[in-house]
Parts: sequence; C-alpha cells; structure tokens
Amino acid sequence: MAKNALLIDYEYCTGCHSCEVACRNEKSLKKGEWGIKLTEYGPLPLPGDKWDYHFVPIPTLRCDLCSNRVAAGDEPACVKHCLAFCMQYGTIEEMAQAAERLGNRVAIFVP
Amino acid sequence: MRMPKGEWKVGTKDDYYVRTSAWSAPGCHPVGCGLILHIEDGKLTGVEGDKDHPLTQGRLCPRCLALPEVVNHPDRILYPMKRARKDRGKNTWERITWDEALDLIVEKVEETRERYGYEGVHTFGGTGREATFYYPVLSYSVFQSPNVSTVISGDSCYGPRCMITNFILGTGYPEIDHAAYFPDRYDDPRFVLPEYVMVWGKNPIVSNPDGFFGHALIDMMKRGTKLITVDPRITWLASRAEITLQLRPGTDTALLMAMLNVVINEGLYDKEFVEKWCYGLEDLKERVQDMPPAKAAAITWVPEEKIIRAARVFAQAKSASIQWGLATEMSQNAVQTCQCILYLCALTGRIDAPGGISVGPKASLTGKWRYEQIKWVNPELIDKRIGNEEYPVSKSALTNCLADTVLDALEEEDLKIGMVWINSSNVWSCPGAVPERWLAALSRVEFIVAQDIFLTPANMSVADLVLPVSTFAEHDGLVLPHFGRNAPYLGAINKAVEVGEARSDFETVMALGKRLNPDAFPWETVEEFLDYSVYGNGFSFDDLRKMGQFQPDYSYYKYESGKLREDGEVGFDTVTGLFELRSLQFEAWGEDPLPYYQEPTFSPYATPDLAQDYPLVLTTGGRKYTSFHSEHRQVPTLREIDPWPIVQIHPDTAAKNGISDGDWVCIENQYGSCRQKAKLTYAVDPRVVHAEHAWWYPEQDMELPNQGGAFKSQINNLMPHFMTGKLYIGSPYKCLICRVTKVSGLDD
Repeated sequence: MAKNALLIDYEYCTGCHSCEVACRNEKSLKKGEWGIKLTEYGPLPLPGDKWDYHFVPIPTLRCDLCSNRVAAGDEPACVKHCLAFCMQYGTIEEMAQAAERLGNRVAIFVP
Repeated sequence: MRMPKGEWKVGTKDDYYVRTSAWSAPGCHPVGCGLILHIEDGKLTGVEGDKDHPLTQGRLCPRCLALPEVVNHPDRILYPMKRARKDRGKNTWERITWDEALDLIVEKVEETRERYGYEGVHTFGGTGREATFYYPVLSYSVFQSPNVSTVISGDSCYGPRCMITNFILGTGYPEIDHAAYFPDRYDDPRFVLPEYVMVWGKNPIVSNPDGFFGHALIDMMKRGTKLITVDPRITWLASRAEITLQLRPGTDTALLMAMLNVVINEGLYDKEFVEKWCYGLEDLKERVQDMPPAKAAAITWVPEEKIIRAARVFAQAKSASIQWGLATEMSQNAVQTCQCILYLCALTGRIDAPGGISVGPKASLTGKWRYEQIKWVNPELIDKRIGNEEYPVSKSALTNCLADTVLDALEEEDLKIGMVWINSSNVWSCPGAVPERWLAALSRVEFIVAQDIFLTPANMSVADLVLPVSTFAEHDGLVLPHFGRNAPYLGAINKAVEVGEARSDFETVMALGKRLNPDAFPWETVEEFLDYSVYGNGFSFDDLRKMGQFQPDYSYYKYESGKLREDGEVGFDTVTGLFELRSLQFEAWGEDPLPYYQEPTFSPYATPDLAQDYPLVLTTGGRKYTSFHSEHRQVPTLREIDPWPIVQIHPDTAAKNGISDGDWVCIENQYGSCRQKAKLTYAVDPRVVHAEHAWWYPEQDMELPNQGGAFKSQINNLMPHFMTGKLYIGSPYKCLICRVTKVSGLDD
C-alpha cells in the first residue's frame, strides 16, 4: 500500500494555530501534548525590500494522519480546518506532484 | 461530518449534530463561520467546520475549535448571582433564580427613575459581539433611557468609519469586494479579482474584522491578488506584499494626502467618475498641495519614492481595493484619515466597481427594527443624553453617548446616574482609557448589573448582580457580517445544548422588556421574534435554519441605478447627491471640510522635551488568533499557545536598553505603566514598540484589589482621557510615546 504524506504550502501558512487545536481535539491530547506544532522564522529583512517570514507546522510522533477520520472518508483534522487551505493529504506520489505544481516553499512530511 | 442538504440537526436524542453559524459568546465579530456541533448526553463534545458554508468552507480558527473548552469551562457563570453592595470586589456571590433577579432589577429601575428620571439608567456594551444588536435595545426599549455607550475613548472603533462614510457617500460599510454575495464566489462572471488590495492599518487574517472572513484575502492572493500593506509592523501579510509602507504610528493622514497629491497632480484619477459623481475636486486638489510626497516622507518615515510608487500602482491597477482597519480611527486625526481613504478609493474609480470597494445598504436583511427602537425614549430626554449639550456631534451623528463624556458624568460630584448595566464589557481590563478612573467612577454607582459568561475584573469589582450569558452553541439567533451594513449573507445561529441557566442577550432583553415595557415586545417566543426579523426576505427562521446561510444578490455601480438613495434617484445619498470630496456636513459642525494632517499630541517631533524621557513611539492592540480582546484568557489550549502579553521590540533597541528576548519589561510614560514580556523582532522599527491590549489573569486572585491582575499588564494605563480630534472622535490608542526598562517579573 502506498505511504501517505502531509503537504504544507508554507508560502501561505499564516501561523493561525488551527491545525494544532484541531489535532488536539481529534486526538484528545492534554496540556503540553501536540500532534502538530507550529514553528516560526522571521520576519528578517532581505535585500531588495523583501522579508523572510515563515510558519511551518511540524507533525509529531503522535500524528497518524488521522487514520480513523480517513477510514471514515474524511480528511485529517488539520487539513480540513487550515484557515489558509495550505495543507494537503494524499500518497507521497500525489504530494510530490502537488509540490511540483505549487513550486516554491513546500514541505512534505511523512509522519 | 457533513450535514445533509436542507437539514440542521441530525442524530438521536442523546447523540446528535447541529449545524450553526458562529457569533458570540465567547466574543467574536459577526463572521458567522460555519460549524457542526456534536452533542452527546447533553454535552458539547465536538466541533467541526461546515464544508457547505459559502465562505469558510470547513475552515475554523482556533477560538471556534476550542469552543468545547469555553462551553464546558468550570468557571462559567451558570446562574444569576447577587451580593451585598458592601461586598463588591469579594467573592460572596449568592445564587438566585431568574425571577428573583428580574424582580430585583425592576425594583432598582423604578427606584432610579424616581430619583434621577428615566435617564438615570446607563447601559454599557462590549464591542463586536452579538450583544451589539441588543444592548442599545435594552437601553431604548426596556429602560427607555437615551444613555447608552461603549467604553472606548473617542468612540474610536468602527463607529467613525461608518459615520464618515455616511456623510461622504451615504452608504453602508465599504468593504473589499471578495465575491461574498455570490454562491459560486470568485467564479461568478460578474466578479473581477482585485489586482491590488491595499491593507491599511489592519491585520484581517487574525482579527476577522466586523464580519470580514480574513482568510478570504489568502484565497484571493492564491488567485493572483497583490498586496500593498500600510502598517507600522511587518505582519505576515506585509511579508507577502509587493509594497510595504511601514509608517510611523499616527501619521496615516500625511501618507494619504501625499498619495492623493500624486494621483491628482499626475492626472491618474478616474476623470469620468470624478466629473460626473464627485463634488469638490478643485478644493481637494488645492488642499493636497500642502503635502508633497517629500514632506510626507519626513513625517511618516516612508521613503518618498515608495509613496509615489504605491500611489501610481494603486491608481493604475485594472482593479483595486482598500481594506481599512481600526488603526485609521485610533489617532486624533482619525476623521481625516478615514476621509482620505474614501477619497483615494473614489478618485481611482473603485467605489462599487467589481474587484473594488463593495458598499452595502445602511441596514439590510433583518429590517429596521433595531434602528427604530429609539422611539421608546421620550424625545425630551434625547436632549438630556449625556454629552449632548456640550458636544453637538454626539447629538446629531452618533446613536450613543461618547464614552469620555460618560466617564466625566460618572465622576461628577452630583452623580446623576443611579444604575448601570454592563453587557459583555470588561470595562477597564479592555477598552477603557484611564483604567483606574473607570473603576473608581463606577464604584460610586448605587446599583450595577453585569451580563457575561465568566467573572471578569469588571463584574467582580463593581457588580451587585451578575446574569449568565449563553454561548452561541446555547441559543437561537441571527448573524450578519458588518452588523447588516454590508452583509453578504445572513446566518442562522442554532441552539444545540443547554448549560446551567444561561440566556442569550435577546432572551434577557425580552424577559425584562415584558416587565418594564411590554408594548415593545409583542412576541411570545424568541422564534417569533426571529421570524419577524427575517420575514422581509420572504422566509421564516426555520427556513433559514435549513438553508444555513442566505445570500442576497448584489449589484455593482449602484449610484448609476438609483439603488443608493431612498428616493430612487441616481447618485449618492448625501447633501449634494454626489460623493463629497469636500464635506458640507463636516463644515456645518465647525470641522474643516477638507482633510488636514495633525501630528500626534505626543511624539518625538511634537514634544521633543518629553521624548527625552520617553524616546519610543508606542503603538498597541495588534490581535492574536487565540483571543478576542480580553476574552479567552482562561481557555486552557488557547492560553497555552499565548500565555503572556508580548511587547515587540527591535533587537537594536532592546540591546541599548539591556533587554533580552523573554524578559519582563516595564512600559511607561507620563500617564502610567504596565508590564509585558519582550519579544525581540525586526517586525517593528527601532524607534517603535508594539504592546498588546486587554491582558488580565483569571488564574490570579479575582478579589479587589488584585482583581485578576487587571492593572498589571493593561497598556491603557498609558492612555490619556478625552484627548480626541476636533469632532471629539479618535483617540491616540495607537500613537503614544513610552520607554521600556527591564524588570524582574510581572509583579516587580
């Protein structure tokens, strides 16, 4: 069976924390426990009046890509609730194709 | 979970799902995000986004995702509770029944009327929440008192934008066109994607302001919309913008006048629109000669070439829009800032154009009931409204008292306010400038009722009676983006669960109204009232439940079709019938009819001596995803994400002051001080710091004098009282001065 993955189009991740809270609900996690956690870099100035500022949520070992939800025909909780619609779920191959289409600043996690 | 079409509730008696549209409590703007709530054995156990909502499409922010932690929180106020007046500030609450509570209120209202007249009852309301629909009704229809207000100095939140829009072009709220009226959204053939959106003094993706679903902007960016951001901070949106104008806080009008200067002098304006539909171009042209870009650059710290480029790009874009935020109102120059933003939109032909500025009617979808309730106040009492005599703008342009004049009235030796009602306002932990004065002033009032979902510094310190408010999961209701002033949809709020004896704002208003003024409340049930509210659209509340959301149709260029004026004539609903580039109404009030720049009262340039002691420009109030103003501080997951108030300081400034990342610092100026934690970041200019607002600590001792640490991190300790613009509107919440020094902790 093909392995599944989570894609983050971090050009558009706005750092809203919805993935963290949706995941905590889904997995009934307690204080200090996260199934996905946001990281922040910047803002730092770049030449040419540009700014380097990125959020990337990283799935932890608690992430099983919402196997129960997916088995019931739904999406992973983080993917569904992401305010920027910047997360996708599918096979590694599908995610690699999506990354190629999206171009820059894409991360693929295979938790 | 997906709700079957035409259903809003499915499942069994003990295990079911309810589709609803969010509003409040807990506090939020009227975005009406789509949710599906899961109820098991009478308890809210799960929240999912509703994929069938036209805008949110399944997405939810962390506050809605944490809804079960709010609804089931052990500290909720669940029953009416009273305590003896001498025990204010002490946790000696005694549970009473709703009937006992209503009896007590009626008794106190009658006593107050006898002693001070009907106007002796004053109602305060918190911003943005569902309560904003019903607290004016409480004052006008139930108490029949003209005295109702918010707490914010200079009325500097949303009201001025609406008021200025009303006089300059006579429409509802101008919002960026994001195809929200159309069921097939961005694919509707009438819609044109904005080539540029100028985001002015706003961080909409975080705040979802006034009903605009912020991430609609991200949807449009993915389709190709480019951004110009105007903000003292490099926000996430600024980092993705084509042009970032990082201005000095409070100098917006100078920047705008320079952009108007470029657009007019270079002939980049829409000549056809201006000639046919605008009044006063020649006067405006003459005025903006006062502000060439080079002069504005020196004032605003934005380089001259960037000002010129932004003006040209915006004017020459095929389609473009401006989203204006709260920052436009939080200076003494607020009226002129708002005026200029509307002028920039009009001159470049963006008003009611596809992909431009959508303008709504002044009221829509729920009729005029809310606006007509003033009829229950004796007209002679309108003249007696607090502040009406001294401040004519308050009488003719606002529907409420100016908060500053209410504080003055509460401090008068001969106090004429006998009873106060606080509806969902955390008065001095949130909007109130001069927080300690608000506490002292309200402490003088004979009887105070407060409605909320939690005990707060406000209700804990001064209320004699607290009433529990239900969350939006616990009541039926209606939600309208922009409070109806530009509402692309009407959403049904559907009751899913009951918690304690909490009641919605409307339920409380109607229960009390039936005792004090029954003629104003002819309905037997809430549903009858909701039916009455929506019938004008040709459906019942039950029909709306099944629809989820109702989207009315939209037409562009309404000034050409007579749809902006009540008389059906073409043009705008203003004195001249035209869009006024020179405001006759402002002139009638003694204000300059044309925009002008006013330097902040306290700044490195206006007060160089004072700036020796307080060398940094202080701006405040940027939003977090995890809170709505002072709310959500006790919600475990949200507080875990954002545990402390953060002051953003540039690394060079921090180094100069011996401050490291994560240090507690004292932020101080000539009015007061508070403590927040330092975050070192290049998001702010080295000459500017940004502090958060509305912080308190529900986990601390809630009794007086600590009251949840209400004054410890309160940035409004640094605010003056009643320092507004000429029309008594706009206060400098976002443009003060300060110094920062390292301290050892919150209580140092």
